[in-house]
Amino acid sequence: MAVELSFSKEIENIMYASHGKPIKDCLQCGTCSGSCPAIEFMDNSPREVIGMIGANLKEEVLASNTYWTCASCYQCSVRCPAGIDIADMMYALKRYSMWKGQYQEGLIGPAFSESFVKMIVNSGRSFEPILAATYLPKYSAQDILREGLTATGLVLSGKMPLLPKKVKRLKNFQRMVRKIIPIGETK
Amino acid sequence: MKQYAYYPGCSLESLGKDYHLSALAVSAELGVELKELKDWNCCGATAYFPVDELLAYTLVSRNLAIAEKTGLQDFVAPCSACYKNAYTTNKYLKSDPDLAEHINYALEEDNLQVEGRMRVRHLIEVFLEDIGLEEIEKKVSNPLKGLRVAPYYGCQIVRPRKDKEDVENPQFFENLLSAIGAEPIVYAVKTRCCGSSLIITNRKAALDMVRILLQEAVNHNADVIATTCPMCNVNLEVYQSQVNQEFGTNFSIPVMYFTQLMGMALGIEPKRIGVGASMLSLAHSAAS
Repeated sequence: MAVELSFSKEIENIMYASHGKPIKDCLQCGTCSGSCPAIEFMDNSPREVIGMIGANLKEEVLASNTYWTCASCYQCSVRCPAGIDIADMMYALKRYSMWKGQYQEGLIGPAFSESFVKMIVNSGRSFEPILAATYLPKYSAQDILREGLTATGLVLSGKMPLLPKKVKRLKNFQRMVRKIIPIGETK
Repeated sequence: MKQYAYYPGCSLESLGKDYHLSALAVSAELGVELKELKDWNCCGATAYFPVDELLAYTLVSRNLAIAEKTGLQDFVAPCSACYKNAYTTNKYLKSDPDLAEHINYALEEDNLQVEGRMRVRHLIEVFLEDIGLEEIEKKVSNPLKGLRVAPYYGCQIVRPRKDKEDVENPQFFENLLSAIGAEPIVYAVKTRCCGSSLIITNRKAALDMVRILLQEAVNHNADVIATTCPMCNVNLEVYQSQVNQEFGTNFSIPVMYFTQLMGMALGIEPKRIGVGASMLSLAHSAAS
């Protein structure tokens, strides 16, 4: 008989290599929220998100911007008295939301991550100008202008190269990637 | 000269070019030979993990496998994000045979295998542990006397915890700055996050995080902020003008890599450590 997994169990299952304690060990003490440098910009505090996961509030959690606002600074993870790797849990939520294609509208994080991975799969190296093409359309006109000026300054000061680099054994590299995720043909 | 497998990472070829230059110059001066890995790939920073964890570990493992092939013992990264990714992946390779098996299955495609036997280190650790403060101090020809430096650790060099290091109030950066004659300031936000890639995905949040760091450094009369990571350096330096536009502030505090400050103290020619004339005059006016 098929058993429907709780949201909490699903999230734990995608924390594949994490060696932290399970989410259900959370004491709701709020140390994570008190330590988070980005909390001001989150819809729900990290403590709330953990509570919501425990209460199986899947839709509400996925609709929150919290996990996409996590900068992966690990301040919560190193301080959690219950030993939960909260930053890693935020990554698990990001993966879950990408997998389901379900996240708050207007966020740049999912598109950025996706293009980053595509770029690496295609070349093996990261290169800022290619990335910019993916996030700039979501910026306001004023932000694009600012970003353009910043980038021009970088090119002029010689800090930004104009051509991307690639790994040399690219064919091998791409076959290696395809053994992990069946991405189809890359160009 | 002891040799190290050196993984510069993508940023050091573009925005972090000065870090690359100064890392190589200072290392050579201290007798640390950095041998750049052949055909390395991007470590994924923080952007692979939201997509696929196994892919993220595999990409990092390819670099570790290339390093293992060299026969050297240490894998050295100057970028905190590269360092953290390599460190944790290396650790999981050893503790999780199932993960290692999956990864090695994929690595076969590039004729590589990984065991997880490198000793993964940040460049600053190599200077502190293998050369040592005493030795560094001896080589200082131009002590940065009177220069008030804000040691900015950022996140991933200390977090998540790698070994037994102090994650709340580390001191190694201050110790290094003292050894080169500078005056490290004491301020509370030295390990507070700079926002990292939020600068792209959530500009408002990141600019505010950067503002707090700049404000604290200025409040404590720092002449310069020193960094150990290209991401932190870019956010604090390049985006300073955007912070000013956003918040109506007037920050113009220089931001330098720790290797640039070391290079100045060791008397290395400015252009070999990516230091411009404005920075030099700063050091001289502080010293006089």
